[in-house]
Amino acid sequence: MDLLKLGLYEQAILMFAAVVLFTSFAMLAQARIVPLIHIFAWQGALLAITAALVAYVTNHPHLYFSAALTLVLKALLIPWLLHRLTVRLNIHRDIEVLRFPSLIMLGGAVLVVFSYSVALPIAHLASGTTRNTIAISQAVVLLGMLLMITRKKAIAQVIGFMSIENGLFFAAVSATYGMPMVVELGIAFDVLVAAVLFGVFFFQMRDSIDSFDVDRLNRLREVDEPPLPDVTEKET
Amino acid sequence: MIESLPLPIDAAWLLAVVQTLLFVFVAPLLSGWIKRIKCHMQNRAAPSVFQPYRDLAKLLRKHTVLAENASWLFRFTPYLVFAATILAAAVVPLIALQLPTAQIADVIVLVGFLALARFFLALAGLDIGTAFGGMGASREMMIGALAEPVLMMTAFTVSMSAATTNLSEAMGYTLSSGLVLRPSFLFAALGLMLVAVAETGRVPVDNPATHLELTMVHEAMILEYTGRHLALIEWASKIKLMVYLVLIANLFLPWGIATELTLAELGKGTVAIAGKLILLGMALVVWETVMAKMRIFRVPPYLGFAFLLSLLGMLTHVVLETGG
Repeated sequence: MDLLKLGLYEQAILMFAAVVLFTSFAMLAQARIVPLIHIFAWQGALLAITAALVAYVTNHPHLYFSAALTLVLKALLIPWLLHRLTVRLNIHRDIEVLRFPSLIMLGGAVLVVFSYSVALPIAHLASGTTRNTIAISQAVVLLGMLLMITRKKAIAQVIGFMSIENGLFFAAVSATYGMPMVVELGIAFDVLVAAVLFGVFFFQMRDSIDSFDVDRLNRLREVDEPPLPDVTEKET
Repeated sequence: MIESLPLPIDAAWLLAVVQTLLFVFVAPLLSGWIKRIKCHMQNRAAPSVFQPYRDLAKLLRKHTVLAENASWLFRFTPYLVFAATILAAAVVPLIALQLPTAQIADVIVLVGFLALARFFLALAGLDIGTAFGGMGASREMMIGALAEPVLMMTAFTVSMSAATTNLSEAMGYTLSSGLVLRPSFLFAALGLMLVAVAETGRVPVDNPATHLELTMVHEAMILEYTGRHLALIEWASKIKLMVYLVLIANLFLPWGIATELTLAELGKGTVAIAGKLILLGMALVVWETVMAKMRIFRVPPYLGFAFLLSLLGMLTHVVLETGG
């Protein structure tokens, strides 16, 4: 669908979709925890704006509700919960060492191309102005996965997970103008509960292995056994 | 009415020459303006906006001092850099589209002229054989090697929409299609801004106002230059800054530029570009004030991010704007 044939609001949908994709890349590049949470909040806010615009353009009023839900949960509540957690765990000034940052970025670009080629047949079947954003929403899902794969700290992985959920919501909005309200509410509260549970899990993790590096969870040891010498040495 | 008639072809050439001269003689004013508001922003006493003219005049009057082992290359480079930068400025439409100089060359030629100037500047830095010259040249080439792909990708992103690499025609296309929100243009503009900061040696990458040994890039290369040679190189770097700012202003927001060669249109174009440059200069000052100078090894990730932006511009053009 040629951009020049679309109206201004439809162009704005595509513009916001592109910015949502950009926030995914910005999250990949961001090594600090608190800015990462802020970018995640911005992604939620942009997603809410996109959903509201889709609701306005395609005249689906129930999408306004989804947009409001996204704004409250993804842009305000969950980032606030995560931010409070980082402050309470005293990791809000941590900087994670990113290995091969440029390579990760290029990998992300490859994922965008891949999701475009996957979404192309779907986009041909679909009609309406938002069909071009299906590829973008898939790319957001895949970039969230890439964020989870490339990070070692548990909190960054949680943000990657939430970002995947953002991508799924975006896919639902752009492909079928939103899911049924029951499903949407269910997912929203699942995510909220997940955020709370992850918080509990973080405290458990800190108490038992004294680190947020999830690679350390691979190592098995007996409860009454003294900690391995290399473990205590490697921990900074 | 003579004013409403399109001017004959010779007048178009004349206008192209006038526009290039405008580039050459307004560039110091632009850098004076940037320096002045930067001083205001940082609570310092600001020099007059005409100070760069005085500096250049002073340098042009002074004798040149050459090192004993300086070859012809060292003496030849300032003139070549100045000439190549002026030719690059001639390619960029400033106040009017469809001028003959803009039509015979496209954006690849523009990048080529700037690369030629950079190449000879780096050679001159090496020629004199001092440690600083070599260090500056090596840093400059590293930045250049990373920045030029971004510049090309940005140009290609725009040319994919406009179906031409000619700057004048691309601006004309953007003008004629009216207000269209293009995600690709947004990313390309951001990428071009980041790379313009790197290419013109502004704050996060290089500091034009410092002679602190360890951090300088551009200044290290030209450390041995004096007198009129230094004046020409400084002037060329001011013109280069203006070329980049005009490129950003006119490629992505071409509104106001003269499409016909009438006096009224030309006046409107002059006012429009003056306004755009004033605003862009202020944006640059805010950016330079909030950013801290980066370590040299932070520059590759920075330019990698700029490359990613321009790549995203191209991808979003394919994914969102053509729709397969």
